[in-house]
Amino acid sequence: MTVESTAARKPRRSAGGKASTTGTKRTTRTTAKKGSETQLVQLLTPEGKRVKNAADAEYASYVDGITADELRALYRDMVLTRRFDAEATSLQRQGELGLWASLLGQEAAQIGSGRATREDDYVFPTYREHGVAWCRGVDPTNLLGMFRGVNNGGWDPNGNNFHLYTIVIGSQALHATGYAMGVAKDGADSAVIAYFGDGASSQGDVSEAFNFAAVYNAPVVFFCQNNQWAISESNEKQTRVPLYQRAQGFGFPGVRVDGNDVLASLAVTRWALERARRGEGPALIEAFTYRMGAHTTSDDPSRYRHDDERAAWEAKDPILRLRRHLEADGHADEAFFGELEAESETLGRRVREAVRAMPDPDRFAVFENVYADGHALVDEERAQFAAYQASFADSEGV
Amino acid sequence: MSQTVKNLALAKAINESLRRALETDPKVLIMGEDVGKLGGVFRVTDGLQKDFGEDRVIDTPLAESGIVGTAIGLALRGYRPVVEIQFDGFVFPAYDQIVTQLAKMHARSLGKVRLPVVIRIPYGGGIGAVEHHSESPEALFAHVAGLKVVSPSNASDAYWMLQQAIQSDDPVIYFEPKRRYWDKGEVDTEAIPGPLHTARVVREGTDLTLAAYGPMVKLCREVADAAAEEGRSLEVLDLRSVSPLDFDTVQASVEKTGRLVVVHEAPVFFGSGAEIAARITERCFYHLEAPVLRVGGYHAPYPPARLEEEYLPDLDRVLDAVDRSLAY
Ligand SMILES: Cc1ncc(C[n+]2csc(CCOP(=O)(O)OP(=O)(O)O)c2C)c(N)n1
Repeated sequence: MTVESTAARKPRRSAGGKASTTGTKRTTRTTAKKGSETQLVQLLTPEGKRVKNAADAEYASYVDGITADELRALYRDMVLTRRFDAEATSLQRQGELGLWASLLGQEAAQIGSGRATREDDYVFPTYREHGVAWCRGVDPTNLLGMFRGVNNGGWDPNGNNFHLYTIVIGSQALHATGYAMGVAKDGADSAVIAYFGDGASSQGDVSEAFNFAAVYNAPVVFFCQNNQWAISESNEKQTRVPLYQRAQGFGFPGVRVDGNDVLASLAVTRWALERARRGEGPALIEAFTYRMGAHTTSDDPSRYRHDDERAAWEAKDPILRLRRHLEADGHADEAFFGELEAESETLGRRVREAVRAMPDPDRFAVFENVYADGHALVDEERAQFAAYQASFADSEGV
Repeated sequence: MSQTVKNLALAKAINESLRRALETDPKVLIMGEDVGKLGGVFRVTDGLQKDFGEDRVIDTPLAESGIVGTAIGLALRGYRPVVEIQFDGFVFPAYDQIVTQLAKMHARSLGKVRLPVVIRIPYGGGIGAVEHHSESPEALFAHVAGLKVVSPSNASDAYWMLQQAIQSDDPVIYFEPKRRYWDKGEVDTEAIPGPLHTARVVREGTDLTLAAYGPMVKLCREVADAAAEEGRSLEVLDLRSVSPLDFDTVQASVEKTGRLVVVHEAPVFFGSGAEIAARITERCFYHLEAPVLRVGGYHAPYPPARLEEEYLPDLDRVLDAVDRSLAY
């Protein structure tokens, strides 16, 4: 079965919901209609079985001809991305990074959607899209600069059509929409994809992006990774309707996909990108998934969620699921898994060494690139800064 | 130590102050992202939802314009919302509501409408954070008529200034020096606090006045200590309030010392130091032995963590300004 009810998937109501000390007691509002089933596109079950069902046939057709090679490639992407992420997490623990936002659990949503993009498409990520960056060919070590604190970006967005990470929640949904409006004006047939979280869906910018995209029929796909939590706040503090249903009110289709199913994520994103390219306008994809770790390395999820919730999601692990499928269908042998293991280790080592070797920025970097055209005040302050630094050099020389 | 004096970290002092406000006035509400079960990302609201319930300590959707806009509506209905903006750089989605609505409604209603909304913003750098987590946007708010802007520098002020801000019928932007959250200080919860918008002389001196607020007060005290070893007597002012600003206290100090250096983390250009320098020059022209100098951030985006030490005022940079002033 590919259909799951919203009620069954809903995180538990907050345990701390004590009665208030003042005010009238309100009855709890019902959220989604009881019994209303929410369609979840799924092509691979957690046990790794390929499912075929009539409702998903349109999406499934986008991966119909997928080869064993391609499946193994998706598996490799997910494994290496997880390895990279684990390495970054431990580098943070060792003090090499100031912060890390882990994607653990979200590999399938990211690799599936990322691999659906074409080279000329343009991607607007938030700050957790390390797997999408991988698919776009961004060197993973470049992602670490901002988390180490040596820069506020770290790559040329136009190098791989992968925009810089955006920390102010929801802002980039508008940038993506505007970019897509430009693509349409140019008569190009590329598409744009904007990533954001379930929490971001509450921001005005995201609603405004939906509306602009619809009004101008912009070729943009909104890819919301609903990982169930916005730091400590569960979905019910962000929305009273399943997120994919938002699209309808703006006048474009919305789909909920099993975000732990790489095949379904790939299929649904291909569907959305291709209809955008054909001039059929925006779509919203809600990838229903789970953030297995903390929000960031500064967060303590034990304060707001229970371990058993994580355990339930571990059973739906995206990597394990594809591995089971590969094994069951004889698409991969021990040698493949062994080689991948070795490749993971190499990647981990490369990342570790690259981070440790990453130099601190030059102190004058503060004044670099403040303006494209230059600015007299910046020049003046740079000169004062230089004189001040030189005064230390003099006294040290004494 | 009397029964009512506690030794509290600055963040904990704010927590206790919020608790007291919730206890004494049923109209006080706490609102913001993650303020409930998590107790805020800095744990400033820790335990409040547990004790006062979800109707009074409200986890909001992730939407700053929504947080401030609904707080305005709640205030119109007689509540006294205290909202938390998670970090300085995230106040801007709410900036429209703050500037075009919150600040002006009292005037537009010919004084009929009061908006007792407090907006708490952890601000400033020095904690090694990523982009948008270290900014000092106080001048952007002080420039707007209708808003009051304050910033405590120690636990006692954090406690009492928040009580006073909540009791104020005007909107107050309450900037919390996040890098001082863990600094402890004595808080007398039965004290009678001084006025909210009065500056304080925290160290007396005769050679030069250092004026600062929030996170820079501690630095200026250290500077004064260091200068004392060189035989210089610096007076240190904790301005406490950026708008209104207590120019009388600054003037009195400058008339005594003849020299003024203003220190803040925010960029110097068009910053609060510029306003202070201009007014004090007008008021104290004949007393000044040197131009008013400013130490602060550069006209550049707040840099990545590994450069923030270069960007933020530190002991040497302030001492350098002191030397320059004394050299006139
Ligand atoms: C405008 C803004 N407000 C607050 C924050 C602080 N903050 C960072 S991440 C986050 C939660 C984001 O949740 P979600 O959109 O679901 O994305 P996720 O991190 O779960 O992928 C918050 C509140 C921010 N970065 N930007």
